Amino acid sequence: MLEAFNFRVILEYMPLYLQCFSATLWLSALSLLGAIIVGTIACAMRLSQSRTISRIAGIYIESIRSTPLLAQLYFFYFGLPSLGVMLPEWVTGIIALTLNSGAYYAEIIRAGIQAIPYGQIEAGIASGLNYFQRMRYIILPQALGMTIRPMLGQAIVLVKDSSLLSLISIMELTRAGQLLTSDRFMPTEGFLTTAAFYLVIYYLLKGFSGWSEKRLIFREAH
Amino acid sequence: MWSFYFNELIRSLPFFLKGLWMTVAVSGLSLIAGTIIGSIWGIMRSSRNKILRSIIGAWVDLIRGTPFLVQVFIIFFILPSAGIELEAFPAAVIALTNMGACFICEIVAGGIMAVPSGQREAATASGLSSFQQLRYIVLPQALRTILPPLVGQYVLIVKDSSVVSAIGVVDVTRVGWLTVQRIPEGLMVFGLVGLLYFAICYPLINLSNVLERRMTVVATKL
Repeated sequence: MLEAFNFRVILEYMPLYLQCFSATLWLSALSLLGAIIVGTIACAMRLSQSRTISRIAGIYIESIRSTPLLAQLYFFYFGLPSLGVMLPEWVTGIIALTLNSGAYYAEIIRAGIQAIPYGQIEAGIASGLNYFQRMRYIILPQALGMTIRPMLGQAIVLVKDSSLLSLISIMELTRAGQLLTSDRFMPTEGFLTTAAFYLVIYYLLKGFSGWSEKRLIFREAH
Repeated sequence: MWSFYFNELIRSLPFFLKGLWMTVAVSGLSLIAGTIIGSIWGIMRSSRNKILRSIIGAWVDLIRGTPFLVQVFIIFFILPSAGIELEAFPAAVIALTNMGACFICEIVAGGIMAVPSGQREAATASGLSSFQQLRYIVLPQALRTILPPLVGQYVLIVKDSSVVSAIGVVDVTRVGWLTVQRIPEGLMVFGLVGLLYFAICYPLINLSNVLERRMTVVATKL
């Protein structure tokens, strides 16, 4: 297996890999941005006083969490055209990734907010702070400190999940490995190189996660 | 047209159930094997042997840092070039078992590490061997921390099993993919696929939540 490892082919395909690497990066970054926005909104809805709004967000979160991303991806990929909505593959991919991770972000943010003792919110009300001031000065700074690690963890999951986009023929890292397999019949070279690129992202994010824990000092709620 | 397709879909329901059985078989086998292997790795990872610890840690990082789809491709395409012929089904089970074991390893190691070291010291002082310590002191207490995330991990295994449809295992997702070529109503077909996954995963997620609540209550009572 490894004695026949063909580095020349990898070098030959390196421009393709770099292009696909950047595709994976921007696809993930866009989805991550979308997911945090969707997650924040879904979390706010979930915590809403209104039963109906809370339930709608609950249904969204639970149905995403109980079904695989691949089924969701195919749902949009095959489903949107049958509704007459024609989108390029990469848009479909970003929609699926955003909605998928959004549900997980909603739960992460909710855990962070709910970890703050209710007494602090009451103290905020008693001090005459309005809702946004309480959010801005009391809840969010503490919640952010508690959620930064799970948020980065979910970002890692998101980057890895973006590999599924190769199955709806979006050009990204995993697709590059598939191409090397089908063009040159070299799955070893193709997929190990793909894996190496993912590991670069993984170790960077993991390192950042450890760094953030040490350097970004957030006061815990007590 | 819609009702025609709906009837078609109802007629192909046995096909979906067959797929569901395949999903249950792949994830069930991997879940059992993954729990056993993961527990062993977890115990080794929390042992005092530094070499063992870092070898398992490095392997877990490699698996956690790469997408499951890439791992499936590596096992399915690369092992044959090393002379190990694999059908899609065993390749899927091996890949899923390995991934599950890596995540379970971290859960088990975390649970064991969470048991206060004074307990171990007391056990050593009482003359228990290291196996007895593990069996009677550490594991029963660690189980409380381990169980809720373990069930959560099972949900992930069931969901990730959808990815093995990419190498041609005819699970629910693959059945959906095959059906949608015939019944071009993506929302309907993959709605059904999602529903079938939901039927497995939602009870598991709830079980995990219930366990979490129960286990914390017990812990605070102590």
